[in-house]
Amino acid sequence: MPKRTDIKTILVIGSGPIVIGQAAEFDYAGTQACLALKEEGYKVILVNSNPATIMTDTSIADKVYMEPLTLEYVAKIIRYERPDAILPGIGGQTGLNIAMQLYKKGVLQECQVELLGTSSESIERAEDREKFKELCEELGEPVLESIIAHSIEEGLEAAHKIGYPVVLRPAFTLGGTGGGFADDDEELKEIIKHALKLSPVGQVLVEKSIKGYKEIEYEVIRDSNDTAITVCNMENLDPVGIHTGDSIVVAPSQTLTNKEYHLLRDSALKIIRALKIEGGCNVQFALDPHSFQYYLIEVNPRVSRSSALASKASGYPIARVSAKIAVGMRLDEIKLANTPASFEPALDYIVTKIARFPFDKFVLASNKLSTQMKATGEVMSVRKNI
Amino acid sequence: MKEFNKKIVLEDGEEYFGYGFGANVENICEIVFNTSMVGYQEIVSDPSYTYQMVVMTYPLIGNYGITDEDYETKQPTIGGIIVREYNNRPSNFRYTKTLSEYLEENNIPGIYGIDTRKLTRSIRDKGSRKVIITDINTGKEEALKKLKEYDIPKDVVSKVSCKKRWYSRTTNPKYNVVAVDCGIKLNIIRSLNARGCNVTIVPYNTDAQKITELKPDGIFLSNGPGDPEDVVEVINLVKELKGKYPIFGICLGHQIISLAYGAKTYKLKFGHRGGNHPVKNFETGKIEITSQNHSYAVDEKSLDKTDLKVTHKNILDDTVEGVECKKDKIFSVQYHPESAPGPQDSGYLFDKFINLMKGE
Repeated sequence: MPKRTDIKTILVIGSGPIVIGQAAEFDYAGTQACLALKEEGYKVILVNSNPATIMTDTSIADKVYMEPLTLEYVAKIIRYERPDAILPGIGGQTGLNIAMQLYKKGVLQECQVELLGTSSESIERAEDREKFKELCEELGEPVLESIIAHSIEEGLEAAHKIGYPVVLRPAFTLGGTGGGFADDDEELKEIIKHALKLSPVGQVLVEKSIKGYKEIEYEVIRDSNDTAITVCNMENLDPVGIHTGDSIVVAPSQTLTNKEYHLLRDSALKIIRALKIEGGCNVQFALDPHSFQYYLIEVNPRVSRSSALASKASGYPIARVSAKIAVGMRLDEIKLANTPASFEPALDYIVTKIARFPFDKFVLASNKLSTQMKATGEVMSVRKNI
Repeated sequence: MKEFNKKIVLEDGEEYFGYGFGANVENICEIVFNTSMVGYQEIVSDPSYTYQMVVMTYPLIGNYGITDEDYETKQPTIGGIIVREYNNRPSNFRYTKTLSEYLEENNIPGIYGIDTRKLTRSIRDKGSRKVIITDINTGKEEALKKLKEYDIPKDVVSKVSCKKRWYSRTTNPKYNVVAVDCGIKLNIIRSLNARGCNVTIVPYNTDAQKITELKPDGIFLSNGPGDPEDVVEVINLVKELKGKYPIFGICLGHQIISLAYGAKTYKLKFGHRGGNHPVKNFETGKIEITSQNHSYAVDEKSLDKTDLKVTHKNILDDTVEGVECKKDKIFSVQYHPESAPGPQDSGYLFDKFINLMKGE
C-alpha cells in the first residue's frame, strides 16, 4: 500500500525531560521519525517539554510546542491544531501513556484524531500484564508462572505447582525487600513467613525463578501487510535480574546456536503478528542456559531504548521505518539507501554496549545492580571481536 | 604477535595470511561467502558446499561449538572454512566438540585471522574464483601453478548422493515421499517426517520405473552442489514423472525442474548465501526472509515459453526464487524453507506439498 493521502497533519509527542531510564535515545528516535514524515510530505507538529533536544530544533518539525507533556496541555494543542493523526510510539513510554490517556478520555474521538501505527487495543494487550499473559497462553508461548499466596500453606501449594526454585515477592514493598529465592520447602517456609509480615496487604507472589537465565532481546518490525522481520538480536552479558539499561549488551547474540536463535526469532515474530503491531517492537526473552526452555519476559510495543541501540548497531533506522509504516507504507516500499526495508541486516562486526554509572555523584545510592535502571550513560563500540 | 602458519591464494594472485585450525591439509576449491550470523555447524555440514570454501562474513566463529543434533549430512564435504576469528572455547549447553575438532576429524582445513571483509568485497567485485588453502611456506608462484593445473571436478552430485536407498520413517505416517538425493540436507527429511511423511531417500540416478515401484504419494527433489545442467539423470526423471505425482523441489531441485520444463539457468557472479534474503511471494504479497545457498539461478525470460509460472522473486536483485505449474502439481523454490541455518518463515511450503499429496 502506498502512503496515505487522507491525512495531512501529524502530531508527534516527544519524550520530555531526560531522566534515568529515558534519555537521549528517544530524542534520536523522535528526530528520525519527524524527518521521515516530513520527507513523505506531511506537516509535523511536535510537542515536547524539553528544549534541550535535537527534535525541537526549528528545522526538524514544522511547528514546535514547548509545553508540559500532560493530558491537559496536549489536549489543548490537539483542540487548537486539529491534526489528522497522532504518532504515539516514538516518544518512549511518556508519549505512549499520553496517547493512551487521550484515547481513554475521548479527546481523540472528539477531535477526530486517528492513532497511527499500533492500535490502542494492541498497546493495552502488550502493556497489561494479565492481558499479555492471556495472549501468550492463547499462542502457546511460555510466560512465567506466578501465583498469589496469602499464607504459608498457599505458598507451599503454589511452589509445588510451579516447581522449585521459586522466587518470592511480597506485594507492595519497596524494591522487593523481604523476598528471596527458595529451593525447597524449608527455605520457602523461612522466607514466606517474613515476606507475609512485610507486605502491607499480606500477599506474596510466588513465581518461577529464572535466576541465571540468558537474557535475549529481539527488535522486530511489522507493517500493515503482515510482513514482519527481525532487525537485530541482542544478548545481555548480565543475566536476568539486572536491568537491560545497566547490562553489558552485545549484538548479535554470542552463545546461541542456529536452533535457539530461530526458536526465539519465530516466537518474537509470532508475538508481533498476534499483537498486530505496526512499527517497531522489542521482545525480551529469558532462555535457560541448559535447555531450550524459554520465557517471554516483556514486550514493548514501541520504539524503546533497546531499539536505539539495535538501530545504531545494525544501521537500520527503526524509528524512521516505523514512522513510514505508521502512514501506511509497506516494508518493501520503504527504501533505505538502495535496499528495501524488508531485509534483515547481517552484521559482519560485533557491537558492545557498556553502561556508565553515576555512583561518583550519588555517593549514598546503593551501587548494587538490580531490576531498576541506574545507569546514566553508555558507550557503544563496534569492532571485529568482543 | 603469533606467526602466521597458513595462507590462502586466489587464482588472480590475491594472498591472505592467517592461522590454521581444523585439519592441516592443502585444498583447492571455489571461494564463496556466507552472511549468516549463526549456523556455522549447518553450513560446514551442508553437502551443497562440496568443492567450495566458505568465507564467513560474521567475524566470530566457534562460539557455541558443535552439537550432536545439528548436522545436515553424515559425512561433510565442504572444502574449507575461512574466518576472521576462531573461538576454541565454546559456550552452549549442547556442545560436545569444538568446530576445529569436527573439521579435523573430517579432514577439512580451516583458516582464521583473515580480513574477511576485504576478502568478501573482492569476491563481490570480481566474482567467485578458485582458491587454494596451503602452508605459509608454499611460494606464491607454486600456489598459482597448482591452481592453474587443477580443474574443479564436475561429478559433484554423484559424489554426495547416497549410493543406495535408505529410509527415514516416522510414527503414524500418512504419506510416502520419495526424495531424490542430489546432496540432501537432513533438515528437509526432518521437516517431512515432522509432517507425517515416511521418506525414502534414493540415489540421484534412480530411474522412473524404480521410483514408481516405491508407490510414492509425492516426489521430492533435493538441494545439491554444482551446475544443474550436469545432472542430466534427474532432469530426464522430471520430464518422465511430471504430472504423474506431486513434485516439490528445493534449490538444485528447483533449477532441475526449470530445466526439465525447457527454461535456462545461468551462473550468478557471486551467488546468494546467507540467512537474510527477502523474497516476495506473489500469491500473498508478503515478504519472507529466507535462507539461501546457490550459485546458479533460473533465467526469468526463458520461463516465458514454459508451463511454469514465477511465484516468488528476490526483491534485492529480482532473481527468480520460485516457480509452479498448478496443472502438473509441481512447484519449487530456490531458497531453503527447511532453514538450518536461517529463518523459518517459509515452512508453509512443506504444508503445501502435503496438501498436494492430500489431493487438495
